[in-house]
Formats: sequence, structure tokens, C-alpha cells
Amino acid sequence: MIISRFLRRGISTASTCATRRSWWDHVTPAPKDPIIAVTEAFLADPFPYKINLGVGAYRDDEGKPVVLQCVREAEGKIAASNFLESTSTAVSSKFVEESAKLIYGQDSNVIKERRFAGIPALSGTGACRLFAEFQKRFYPESRIYLPDPTWSNHRNIWRDVHVPDRTFRYYHPDSKSLNFVALMDDIKNAPDGSFFLLHPCAHNPTGVDPTNEQWREISSLFKAKNHFPFFDVAYQGFASGDVERDARAIRIFLEDGHSIGCAQSFAKNMGLYGHRVGCLSVLCNDKIQAMAIKGQLQQISNTMYGSPPIHGISLASKILSDPDIKAIWLKEVKVMATRIHRMRAILREALERLGSPLNWQHITNQVGMFCFSGLNRAEVYLLAKEFHIYMTPDGRISMAGVTTKNVDYLANSIHEVTTCDQDAKILHNTDAYRINTDIRFTSLGASKSRARGMNLSL
Amino acid sequence: MASSVLSLASAGPSASLSSNGIEKGKLNLGNCFKKEKTNLFLKTKSVGRISMVVASDVSRFEGITMAPPDPILGVSEAFKADNHELKLNLGVGAYRTEELQPYVLDVVKKADKLLLEKGENREYLPIEGLAAFNKVTAELLFGADNPVIKQQRVATVQGLSGTGSLRLAAALIERYFPGAKVLISSPTWGNHKNIFNDARVPWSEYRYYDPKTVGLDFEGMIADIKEAPEGSFILLHGCAHNPTGIDPTPEQWETIADVIQEKNHIPFFDIAYQGFASGSLDTDAASVRMFVARGMEVIAAQSYSKNLGLYAERIGAINVVCSSSDDAARVKSQLKRIARPMYSNPPVHGARIVASVVGDAALFKEWNAEMEMMAGRIMNVRQKLFDSLSSKDKSGKDWSFVLRQIGMFSFTGLNKAQCDNMTNKWHVYMTKDGRISLAGLSLAKCEYLADAIIDSYHNVS
Repeated sequence: MIISRFLRRGISTASTCATRRSWWDHVTPAPKDPIIAVTEAFLADPFPYKINLGVGAYRDDEGKPVVLQCVREAEGKIAASNFLESTSTAVSSKFVEESAKLIYGQDSNVIKERRFAGIPALSGTGACRLFAEFQKRFYPESRIYLPDPTWSNHRNIWRDVHVPDRTFRYYHPDSKSLNFVALMDDIKNAPDGSFFLLHPCAHNPTGVDPTNEQWREISSLFKAKNHFPFFDVAYQGFASGDVERDARAIRIFLEDGHSIGCAQSFAKNMGLYGHRVGCLSVLCNDKIQAMAIKGQLQQISNTMYGSPPIHGISLASKILSDPDIKAIWLKEVKVMATRIHRMRAILREALERLGSPLNWQHITNQVGMFCFSGLNRAEVYLLAKEFHIYMTPDGRISMAGVTTKNVDYLANSIHEVTTCDQDAKILHNTDAYRINTDIRFTSLGASKSRARGMNLSL
Repeated sequence: MASSVLSLASAGPSASLSSNGIEKGKLNLGNCFKKEKTNLFLKTKSVGRISMVVASDVSRFEGITMAPPDPILGVSEAFKADNHELKLNLGVGAYRTEELQPYVLDVVKKADKLLLEKGENREYLPIEGLAAFNKVTAELLFGADNPVIKQQRVATVQGLSGTGSLRLAAALIERYFPGAKVLISSPTWGNHKNIFNDARVPWSEYRYYDPKTVGLDFEGMIADIKEAPEGSFILLHGCAHNPTGIDPTPEQWETIADVIQEKNHIPFFDIAYQGFASGSLDTDAASVRMFVARGMEVIAAQSYSKNLGLYAERIGAINVVCSSSDDAARVKSQLKRIARPMYSNPPVHGARIVASVVGDAALFKEWNAEMEMMAGRIMNVRQKLFDSLSSKDKSGKDWSFVLRQIGMFSFTGLNKAQCDNMTNKWHVYMTKDGRISLAGLSLAKCEYLADAIIDSYHNVS
């Protein structure tokens, strides 16, 4: 393949590029990342009342991104000396220790005995990637079991390190809740010693979490099967508003004596999205093994990017270790989670008030930033095309994008697309849909009047 | 994978053991029926790793050994442990002031303060990074008026400093040129081969350093590049070669470009010291710009670790100069696809600082001045070292290579035994390949260093 490419190329002189063949001819455009594509479509839409329910970044009730107070306080206290590589190590170590305490418990024996290998990582993605590389390196033949469904990037991560993935059943589309029996079955049927990825709370994208009792059963079965539990902790504090409560699944596994792995992200719960702050930890038998594993993890990150940027690590470290700032943080997490709970309740009420024949209980049953609405692809498409409401094609709604001002418009729109004429619903082709229904769907101005007609208050 | 398939309910002395259990020999069946689960875990530790009850007690990462220590880090650690008052750390890869203190650039402090005041949000950057940063970084490297920029033929993606940017390029090479080799200089920065190894890109070396002249083995370099299979990627240091400090002359660069074109290789620049080598951003970009001016497709990785002192913020970029804007768009999309499962999107802080400094005329001017100062200090130190060596060494050895070399590092030509002598007798810490970091040297210490070098060179073999 390489040879033929070069036969095409003559010896190039200092002539212009136009006469030369390109090295990159064979590079095709990459498919768009589904989550990011939603935001791009949203940004490109000129409709003034558009709603972005795509990416999982928190918004306040004005629909604005938030920089937490605790972050501003922490920032004020960080000196410029953080830029120096000499202080980086100390700051990183402190950060790792505090992160571990947060997830494993302040008084956890794991921490006291230093029985964990931890390194800072580039948010949740980076932590998962480091672990996937580590898994590949030391268990080259292994697979990763991912819940069905899961965050779309999980598959990309393990695929890029050449670890094949399998799914285990998780979400029950009919009940829109956990398919616990099938879940346990799949765990049991997986070969002993398999690697599993688990969402300990606020499952992404479904918002469906096991109960504590169910977690205990899962943990026992894991013990019996000697499976390796890897937790992707992206929403500690966001699910219930309480960081301790949201760590329950992990504490249960710890009590049962599992040596787990944990990817923590501070993107959402500290609003540090763009700073890429996360932590990867792997529990070990003892301090010595922890050091060996840490060294291996550092080597893996050294060839990928060196180390994560110090600014975000300093902020998170300060927030977790300064009692006053931490107190502010815990309150703010509660505020964010509470707002989301409220939006869930309001959305559900609105749909029920509209007389929707469908069951919308799952909106309040589900937990965390996302609601797996149950909307199908055609409905999602219509919501974007006609109502300028954007979400991922699987019907995942980021509740963080819902506000008191847009919730009615959202409810009305969902109601419209789910209760339209059955024939019209079958038509996935919007042109045909337009022909068969109102002309008013076709213009921006018309959409505006629709919005007004829906009592959209703005 | 050995596993004990037991549950608490059915545990009993007759239950089967995992092979791990037998290996360790010690059993503690008394643990089986303890109610407190946390204690079980602890108990197990103290009597050996066997427990009949908790199957996952034996860590599955048992066999993992310590990774080999990083050679460069090891130098700093040994230095710290040394109590001698005249000790000198020439292993450090970061700029130090004359007082041998770490240095945060004034422009960075200013930009940081501005950012704090602006109070911008912390939202995710796009996968390709901060648009403002990507624009200024490409302009900085290629020149704002460069046709390749005007024609949108450069795919620029923000990366995590030089390392992260190199890794993105390596992944692109692995994916689109499977089996193609990267040629790296002998010697080169230690992490280059690790990056290509982990990206599963094969590599080999081209001759570079000539110990006889303590200079460039130009013939060897050209021969090795010529000999490489067509379509290889040739990794070149844009300026201030690390670790030798030896750069090709402008004429030599032209010859290198000739050979690369002749053999249909692709030039792959690692530019970690733009502005830091000569003090001038434009001068230090001359090699890259010359290749680009010839119409060649070029890969170029940038880092702001040294020239803006932003080591810890991990800010850099990967640029792929293509033949058409369409190529550039597609290449960029694939770079993004590689980045997404690595870290989703790059960090915002360092990008904003660079965009701030480069985008503001006053700050940019200040930056240039600070860079001239830093580069100037290094050149002064080189001069003083050369002067000290020449005046103290009566053997007539030519030490002028110290002046010809450029940038933070210098290859002294000392062998391993001589380097050991430097450390053991003179408490001068350096890497075993004979590399010293001029950034860690002050004018005040030049004479002492000269003594050490002369002694090691002449009295140790």
C-alpha cells in the first residue's frame, strides 16, 4: 500500500503545491462525535428560543454556564508559583490524596495504609484511557464489559487501546428502569475474572441506578466471579446532592474487599470542565505494590501528554483540602443537584398536565444530569428540526439544559412530537411530514408564533 | 485467571482453594465466618494473601514490577540528596535565573491576572482546542502572512505541550501510514522513542552526534536519511537540538530538505524552543519555514513549556501542513478523532494564557524581550564557560563547540566514566550521556564547572 502511494509521487521540485500529489489523500473525514455534533447543530441554529439538551454541562436557571464560588475562592488563593514544575509534584500528590479520600471515605483504610495507586488524569476521559492502557498492558487478552447503553466515548477509549468490548444488559426500554435480572445474568455468564465498567451513580445516559440492595448483590456476584470492577465516577454529588451518598456503591464494594479501579472526574461536580481535572486510582494489596502500579501509570501518561495541567489540579486540591472552601463546594453541589431535581419534577408535571397518554414517571425516577426520555430517533429529529430542541439521537436529555423559562416549551414540544397523527409519525422524511401537516412548520417566523402559542415565556 | 468460587454462606474447610492460595501456603480459615467485612480485608493482609472467603483478595496486579526509573528525574533526586555546598544541578530541563531560581515570566503573571479578572467560564473547549490559541500558534510558527495559513492548508490542533502533540501525530501516522517508520536522531530527547513505542510506530535512528568533533555528523545524517525506506517520517528538531545543542547550519538544512524531497520522506518537526534558542521567534522558526516555503507537506509539534515557562500547564500544538484546505480539514477531523478517546478536549488555562500573550501587542512585545533575556543569559553563560575552559585548559583542546552549540543543552563530549567523575568528585550533576543544561548554570559557577570538566576530560578515561 505504501509503495503504490509513492509511485504516484514524482520527485518534487520547488514548484507549487498544486502540481503535487498529497500525502493525505487517503484520509477520509472522521464521523462527527454524536454528542458534540448536537452542540454544533445547536450553535448553527439561528432560532432565538432554541434549547441545547445535548452535552452534559451544568447550566443555571438562566441557561448560563456557572463558575462555582468555591472555584473563584480557590483561584484567589493559588499563587503564580504553581507554574513552576518544582511545586507541581507536591500539588499533584495532595490532589490525589484528597480525591481518594473523597471517593473511598475520609477515614478509609485504603487511604491510611496507602493501598492505592493514584495519579491525576485528564478528567474522566483521561482516567478511563489510562486505565484502559494499563489493562491492555498487563492483561493483553482481556475484554471490557460495558453497560448497554453507556457513554458513547467509553467504546472509543477501549477500542483505541485495542481492548475488545462486550456489553452487559442494563437498561430496560419498556420500564425505562434497570433490567436487574438480565444484568445479574450477564455478570454471571461472563468468564471469571472479567473487567467490568460500572457507573456508581447517575448512569450516563439513562439516569437509571441500582439501589443499595442491588449494589450489594452485584458486589457479591462480582466476588464469586472474581470480576474486576472499574468505576467511572463522573457525577459524585450530582446524583443525590450528597457526595457521601453518591459514593455508596463504591463503599459497598470496598466493604466486600474488592480491589477496584476508579476514574474520577471533577468536570461536573466542580464545574472544572475545561481544566480537565480527574484522578485515576487502582486499589492494591499494599504500599509497595501501589508504588509499582503508580510508576507504571505514570509511564503511560508520560508518553501521552506528560502530566495533566497544574491549574485545574491546584483548584481541585484547594477546594478539597481547605475546610471553608470545601464547605462552600458541598453547598453548591447540593444547589446544582436540587435544581435538576426540580426541573425533573416540573417537566414531568407539565407533560402530565398536557394530558400526555404516555408514562413520564421515569423523568423523576431517573437520577443525575440525564434523562433517557424514551423518545425515538424520529421524534428526536423532529424536535430539532421543527422545535429547535437539541438532544442526542438516543433521546438523552441533559436536564441541566432545562430551565423554568423553557420547561413549558420543552414539555409542549415533546407532547407534540409524541402525540402527532400516527401516520405522520411513521414518516421519517420531514418533507413528506411537512406536506401532510401544517405549513407553519416551515418558517422561522412561524416557529416563533408556535412558541408564543405554547405560552413560552421568555 | 485463578479464582476461588466461594460465597460466605457456603464457606467451609473442605472448600476448594485457588492455586494462589496453595502457593502462599498459609490459610486462615478463621476469617471465613467473621461478621465484619472490613476486618477481613485487613486480616488477610497480615497473614498472607490468602483468604478462602474473598475471592478477589489476591490482587490481580501481583506481577507488576516497578517501572525503570526515569534517568533525567534520577539526576535531580540525587542532586537533592547531596549536601555538598558547591553542588551544581545541570540535569534540570527548565530555565533558571542567574540565582539558579525557577522563573515565572512576567507576561505570564500578567496574563494570568487578566484571566482572573475576566472571570471567563470554564466550559469544555472544542476537541481541537481554543480557536484563538490555534490561530496564534500557527501564525507564530509559520508567520502570519504565510500562504499556507492564508490558504487554510494547516490542520492545527491544540495539544498537551510537545509530548501530547507528538503523540497525536504518532497516532495519526500509525493509523494512516501503518508500517511507516519514524527516523529519530541519535541521540534525541529520551521520550521520543517512548512516545513512538507506545503509539506502536516503528522507529530507527539516523546518525547525528559526532563525538570526535563534538558536532554534527552531517554525512552520516544525510546517508541515513537517504537509506531509509521511501516515505519515512524524519523527526527533526527545529532549533536547539535536545540533548546535543548542535543544530544544522542554514546550508545544511537546505541539503536535508533536498534529500527528504528526493526520497519522498515527510519532515516531522519538533519545535520545543522557538524563541528560546536565539532569542528571536522568527530566526528559530527559519528551518520549518524553509521546508514549508518549498511546498513540502510538513508535520510540526510545538511546545510553550520553555519559551513561555508554561511547563506545568501543558500547552502546545500539532500542525500538519497539507496540500489543500480540504486535506487539512480532513486531517484535522482525524486528529480530533484520536484526541477524543484520549482526553476528550484539551485544557483551557494554558491556551488562554498563550492566546492572551501572543494576541496582545504590548504583551507580545514584552514576551519577546523576556525571551531575549532568557536566551541571552544562556549565551552569556556559554561564553563565560568557553572563556574559562580556554584559559584554564593548557592542553590546547578546542572548546569552541560550547559556543557553536545553542539552546538550553550542551553535549560536553564527556563519556560515562568522566560524567561519574563530574558527579562523584565535583558534585556536578548531569546526565550520563555528557549532557549539561546551561539553564542550570550561573556565571558565578562557570569557573568551577570549567575546572570540573577539564579534570574529568584529562584525568579520567
